[in-house]
Amino acid sequence: MSSSASLRTTTGILLVAPLVIYMVVLYALPVASMLLRSLNDPTWSIDRYKELMSDTVFFNTLSNTLYTAVIVTLGSLVLGYPVALALVRSKRLAPLILVVVLLPFWTSVLVRSYAWMVLLGRHGLINEALMSSGLIDRPLRILNTPLAVYIGMIHILLPYMILPIANALRQIDPSLARAASGLGSPPWKTFLQVTLPLSVPGVAAGGLLVFVLSLGFYITPAMLGGPRDITLSMLIANQVDQLNWAYAACLSTVLLATALIIIVVCRRLPGIGSAFKMSAR
Amino acid sequence: MRDTVSSTGRGASVSLAGLEKSYERVGAVNGVSLDIRSGEFLTLLGPSGSGKTTTLMMIAGFEQPTKGDIAIDGISVVAMPPHKRNIGMVFQNYALFPHLTVAENIGFPLKQRGVPKAERTKLVGEALELVHLPGYGGRYPRQLSGGQQQRVALARAIVFQPRLLLMDEPLGALDKQLRENLQLEMRRLHADLGITFIYVTHDQEEALTMSDRIAVMNDGLVAQIGSPEDLYDRPCNRFVAGFIGESNFLPATVRGMEGDIVVADCQGAVVRALCPGRPGSGAQVTLTTRPERLRFANGAHDSATVNRMSVTVTEAVFAGERCRYMLQAADGTSMVLKEPSSAAIRRRTVGEQAEIAWSVADTILV
Amino acid sequence: MRGILPKSFVGLILLFLAFPIVVVFAVSFSSANYLTFPPPALSLKWYRVYFSAENWLAPTWLSIWVAACTVVLSTFLGTLAALGLAKLPRPLKVLVSGLILSPLIVPVIVVSIGVYYAFSKYGLVGKPIALVLAHTSLAVPFVVTSVTATLAGIDPRLEQAALSLGATPRGTFFQVTLPLIQPGVIVGALFAFITSFDELIVALFLSGQGAVTLPRRMWEDLRYAIDPTIAAVSTLTIVFTAILLGTAHYLRKRAEQNRTASP
Repeated sequence: MSSSASLRTTTGILLVAPLVIYMVVLYALPVASMLLRSLNDPTWSIDRYKELMSDTVFFNTLSNTLYTAVIVTLGSLVLGYPVALALVRSKRLAPLILVVVLLPFWTSVLVRSYAWMVLLGRHGLINEALMSSGLIDRPLRILNTPLAVYIGMIHILLPYMILPIANALRQIDPSLARAASGLGSPPWKTFLQVTLPLSVPGVAAGGLLVFVLSLGFYITPAMLGGPRDITLSMLIANQVDQLNWAYAACLSTVLLATALIIIVVCRRLPGIGSAFKMSAR
Repeated sequence: MRDTVSSTGRGASVSLAGLEKSYERVGAVNGVSLDIRSGEFLTLLGPSGSGKTTTLMMIAGFEQPTKGDIAIDGISVVAMPPHKRNIGMVFQNYALFPHLTVAENIGFPLKQRGVPKAERTKLVGEALELVHLPGYGGRYPRQLSGGQQQRVALARAIVFQPRLLLMDEPLGALDKQLRENLQLEMRRLHADLGITFIYVTHDQEEALTMSDRIAVMNDGLVAQIGSPEDLYDRPCNRFVAGFIGESNFLPATVRGMEGDIVVADCQGAVVRALCPGRPGSGAQVTLTTRPERLRFANGAHDSATVNRMSVTVTEAVFAGERCRYMLQAADGTSMVLKEPSSAAIRRRTVGEQAEIAWSVADTILV
Repeated sequence: MRGILPKSFVGLILLFLAFPIVVVFAVSFSSANYLTFPPPALSLKWYRVYFSAENWLAPTWLSIWVAACTVVLSTFLGTLAALGLAKLPRPLKVLVSGLILSPLIVPVIVVSIGVYYAFSKYGLVGKPIALVLAHTSLAVPFVVTSVTATLAGIDPRLEQAALSLGATPRGTFFQVTLPLIQPGVIVGALFAFITSFDELIVALFLSGQGAVTLPRRMWEDLRYAIDPTIAAVSTLTIVFTAILLGTAHYLRKRAEQNRTASP
């Protein structure tokens, strides 16, 4: 028995070995050695991290990144929940909804951010439409503001919210809601007392996913935001351009640690396991 | 297709010696020794978790025994990988390859053995005839019904002329009517092919209908092995008596022996029973008898061959072909009596006092 | 949805999701020289610009080439690893899959500057091979999850059946396991392709001057001139992606059909 089990394990190890070696050499070690620059440049010390404590640029960027992530997560929840509900409840429209949700999902972030530039620009569609309808007489400044960043990011991250919630809703026994309404509960009450509580795992999974992914955003804020809407990713890229490796490594460590801590803390929440399968699209 | 095999001993003999498989989960095997004869239809019967499937998987080579030996035709196969054992196997859900057609499925074992294509086509055709599915070769498994898939699985498992066929609850997923048809068909196949069948099931009726011998398994051990009649008429322990068919269990105190017959005090009556051992007088024992072997007494009986007892009828159910009565003996033990229904026999009513009688040969000490 | 969830609200959100893409489509067929919507007249001139400009076509071919190499490398390594993961005992499996799937949650900027930092020491920056090596790490999780999901749906008795019928373990793999996981492998490969083809952040650091990919070229274009050529390029990539996704969807459906063959 033990011999066949160990043969199985040996086969397994041989099969995963090429990829594990690949990922260690070409992914984990490069990232780790880069992160180490925050500690050993030029000599071993944690001074870089101490300096961060009094670094206003860093704190402003970190708070902007976190604040943006919160807004985007809440926005995605408000917009995503109804869509998830419609996706599960409406048999007829489900395929259409799925296509509308999944096509942008797989369209590159760059293309989608570009689309919002076209829409939100000074002479973009929104301004043109508002002007020609006479509601405003001078174009609104939307592009290059935080609002544009929120819109673009919500647009990109919405599917990550919709799919886990839809998954959770799908697992709710429909007879529960029927039983509740059979007992004379009005629809809104049934929703608040049955559907909503039971979909919490999906909301938690979607929320965690959107929040963690928001933290690393770079392209969208760079394209749609103003000069002051800097995220941690943008600051890191900027420091690398200036060859300020130690500082960039320090910021990368903070960004990575923030994402990992949030995941570890939330790991025990129900439905989180499925969130990571979800993130594999 | 079978003329290449010599007419005698077409089936393999299988010998399990002290077979053990320890598991942290259910289904462990704790020491099974069995000798399965060439050409025999042997059923491993038991509740789920009794170790019957584990035993089968060890014979097939998918599980490695912790201890003990498996010999096929006297040669130990424990160290032999499954693909070299040359054993046919039919799985619970048929395990047909979904990406291959019926003909490709059946041809699969022949292809592994390097049978040339023309020969393969011929043998596949013959196998399809044998399971009454000629012309189905081009279809995919998903286009067949459950019963047809089962036949294909059977054809695939015998087309390469193995000397031993293992079947793991092959009829479990089918409805009753289809199951009964296929049971008969498998018996016929067994008779035609003359190879050894080892069949696993938890369905006692299926086991009784099909098998030459049945090994009843419980808690990883063989509780009893014997022909269907043996097991039904002479269960050697309480588990077998309760698992196969319905049984009445009567607590009794041994008085003494009359040759091979034990005499015991039971519910205020003197009852005689067949007894494999020699219990001492005063021993507390359990006697068992089948409900359909009991009858309501009329007239005198020879007490040396017939047991008698006074009971009260507590429940009477008319069930078409038979009547079923619940009875209560003197000290409160309940018993069941089944009687063929007939307009000529008086139906008993609840509360009625009655005298029942049954043959000593139908009474077993377990 | 009865009352509590007005259909019009859901409709607006779906419009929000779909509209930007529709706009990109529309702008790409515009005759105007600047971004305006709706287009004054329809024209294919931006597609003509794209197909006749070497500085658009070269990055396109490079992106396709890089994505194709990424597909080969990540599909091969990822499929082997998915098969291996299924055989590993629990603690080891968690550790290994943690490493393999981590690119899904590690911010891409961190991965990008990490490989940039390491690759620049070996003079790899500006070489297509650098992009392939980095994109493979990012694409592998998609292959592994796709193959693992397909593998989990396969009845283990099919492999036992093949062995009992006399197939060697090797024969069982090539005749049974591989054909059954094939749809999952292809879906994983398509996802790997799209991952590499659309990737920008790694390319920003590793492209240098010598290996400008299509997203990188678009990014540079956006900084200087916003003309509808980029809308045409975007439209083409969206259509291309949609075709790949349609294929993936079809294959998944077929794999499910196969799986439900046994009742």
